[in-house]
Amino acid sequence: MSTETYNSWGRYFNYSHRVVPVYWTDDTLFTQAESEKLSVLPFGYGRSYGDLCLNDHGILLVTNNLDRLRTFDRENGILQCEAGVSLETILNFSVPRGWFLPVTPGTKFVTVGGAIANDVHGKNHHKSGTFGRYVKRFELVRSDGKPIICSAEQHSDLFRATIGGLGLTGLITWAEIQLKPITSSLIDCETIRFANLEEFFHLSETSDKEFEYTVAWIDCLATRDSLGRGIFIRGNHLHCTPPRYTTDSNSLSLTIPCNAPEFLLNSLSIKLFNAFYYHRQRRKQVRRHQHYGAFFYPLDKIGAWNRLYGKRGFFQYQLVLPNSHARAIRLILETVADSRLPASLAVLKQFGDIEASGLMSFPIPGITLSLDFANYGQKTFELFQQLDAVVVEHGGRIYPAKDAQMSAQIFQQSYPAWREFKDFVDPLFSSSFWRRVTPSP
Amino acid sequence: MSKKRTIVIFGATSSIAQATARLLAQEGAHIVLVARNAERLEMVSNDLAVRGASQVDKWVADLSNTEDHAELIAAITKSVGRADIALIAYGMLGDQHRAEKDFTHANDIVQTNFASAVSLLHAISDWFVASCTGTIVVLSSVAGDRGRQSNYVYGAAKAGLTVFLQGLRNRLFRQGVRVITIKPGMVDTPMTSHLRKGLLSTKPHRIAQGIVTAIEKKRHTVYLPGFWRPIMFVIRHIPEIIFKRLKL
Repeated sequence: MSTETYNSWGRYFNYSHRVVPVYWTDDTLFTQAESEKLSVLPFGYGRSYGDLCLNDHGILLVTNNLDRLRTFDRENGILQCEAGVSLETILNFSVPRGWFLPVTPGTKFVTVGGAIANDVHGKNHHKSGTFGRYVKRFELVRSDGKPIICSAEQHSDLFRATIGGLGLTGLITWAEIQLKPITSSLIDCETIRFANLEEFFHLSETSDKEFEYTVAWIDCLATRDSLGRGIFIRGNHLHCTPPRYTTDSNSLSLTIPCNAPEFLLNSLSIKLFNAFYYHRQRRKQVRRHQHYGAFFYPLDKIGAWNRLYGKRGFFQYQLVLPNSHARAIRLILETVADSRLPASLAVLKQFGDIEASGLMSFPIPGITLSLDFANYGQKTFELFQQLDAVVVEHGGRIYPAKDAQMSAQIFQQSYPAWREFKDFVDPLFSSSFWRRVTPSP
Repeated sequence: MSKKRTIVIFGATSSIAQATARLLAQEGAHIVLVARNAERLEMVSNDLAVRGASQVDKWVADLSNTEDHAELIAAITKSVGRADIALIAYGMLGDQHRAEKDFTHANDIVQTNFASAVSLLHAISDWFVASCTGTIVVLSSVAGDRGRQSNYVYGAAKAGLTVFLQGLRNRLFRQGVRVITIKPGMVDTPMTSHLRKGLLSTKPHRIAQGIVTAIEKKRHTVYLPGFWRPIMFVIRHIPEIIFKRLKL
């Protein structure tokens, strides 16, 4: 066991950890933890942004070597694989066989275990809900006994707690996932420019019926009448007869080799980029066929893009507001504009009504906004605290997978299920995030 | 190249073996796995079958029992007939400090990395020579290029293996059987999980790609990744009078 500094994707926390790589589903996991009285936390690809996947001075059970496929039911699209298998591996395997991920986040470089632990969502949330809905069962190894098979029928309470369970209920060693059939690796997609928030709400409402995937990029440096202007992206899987699958043209084409200088991303460059992106599309509406790689994972093309923010690191702030308070998005955007901190990337998406399968899952019916900010020091945290207050006041919540700062009070108020959840937390498991939002009295 | 190759892997649950087998599984190869731990063998076998191997056979055997080698190879020969590739991927790093005090441990390192490979490779050679074809790929190590205080027992065993392979290659060349010596540097595997990983550490799948390329290109000795060749060239050529003073 070695001691190493592990970072999450935001690269803000530089925590040192004892590292225990997990190679086999039957590995003994807890010997070191028990003898050294340390807590453990599963760690996959470290793609959550804040301290959710970190365990300062504790042990990380690094799972990326649990990467074996176990069974595949070709007729019904049911894949059983170890928890460290990445979504990229699944796609490379399943697409040529005519199957696709039922739900995918904006990067394919996450493990199945991580996708379950964060009950991730994607551009099809309004149609399909979260990833957890497609998990048929999994094996969970807890510190106090034999591995447990969890499903909606077996140990259903633990099943529900582990989906969106932040990696705290035990180590998922393998999982069984329902994939969905496709007949092409292309997405029939449209991009539509919209001038303000009202147009967004209208587009979203009309598109969500006919399009499986919808999301909007917004120029969050635009103000006043243009507040919330952006590009709406919607699409469906293309149907091909006979089926036709092309290889992913989205293989890594560029990797950021080292920390970029911090002046690279400043308010001017961000403003120019946003304006360029908004005006790049000359016509109001463009339709094309896009490979699924380019459609779902544009940023995966740039390896280690988090280094663009330099040594200081960056944050992503993702919130959801319930439908009844969806218009408070305007208030959020105004608060951001008033702070004069430039958000480098902003994404808006309407969640559907499908209930998430996890006890602690983030999505609720409503609208979700995610904002990327470089670490501008104290000012950034002040802005986040202001936003937290607005979000909670309007019945919303913050996504733990992205969070680096919300207070225990904000968390406990917006995730009331945490009291029920904490009884499922394995006594040997913990994370920096969990200690922050549930401090011991 | 024939479409469906048959590869026999000894030490099939090692990380490098698994990564190599996956590359061959994707092209629909017939893969024969030999390993000690039946449960883990099952996991590896399932993975390869799902990924596209046309057939996966499992043989549970402890390869440190050299007296069983002839029988094992005879049984495999009877079962699969002719094979295109044999990959010897098992090994043991051991603990240098322990080996200095405890001969049993030092002996285990030599037995596993060298002596058992000698026995196994001769059995495999007889099998391959019978059909005058095939490639025998063996994982040696950069550690065998020069003895260093930090791991010279392991290094000596691998050095012995490297020299053995030179001779075997020389002997089998005229009979149409190729022998490839693979010398990986530090690879991120269970064998090295307790060691600190430097910049030079590599993931097993990169080694696997190198192995497949070495087979295609009919190489004889391959450093993986390739940058180890110049590094080891320098290390081999440091005069002993200086080298003995270094802490490597």
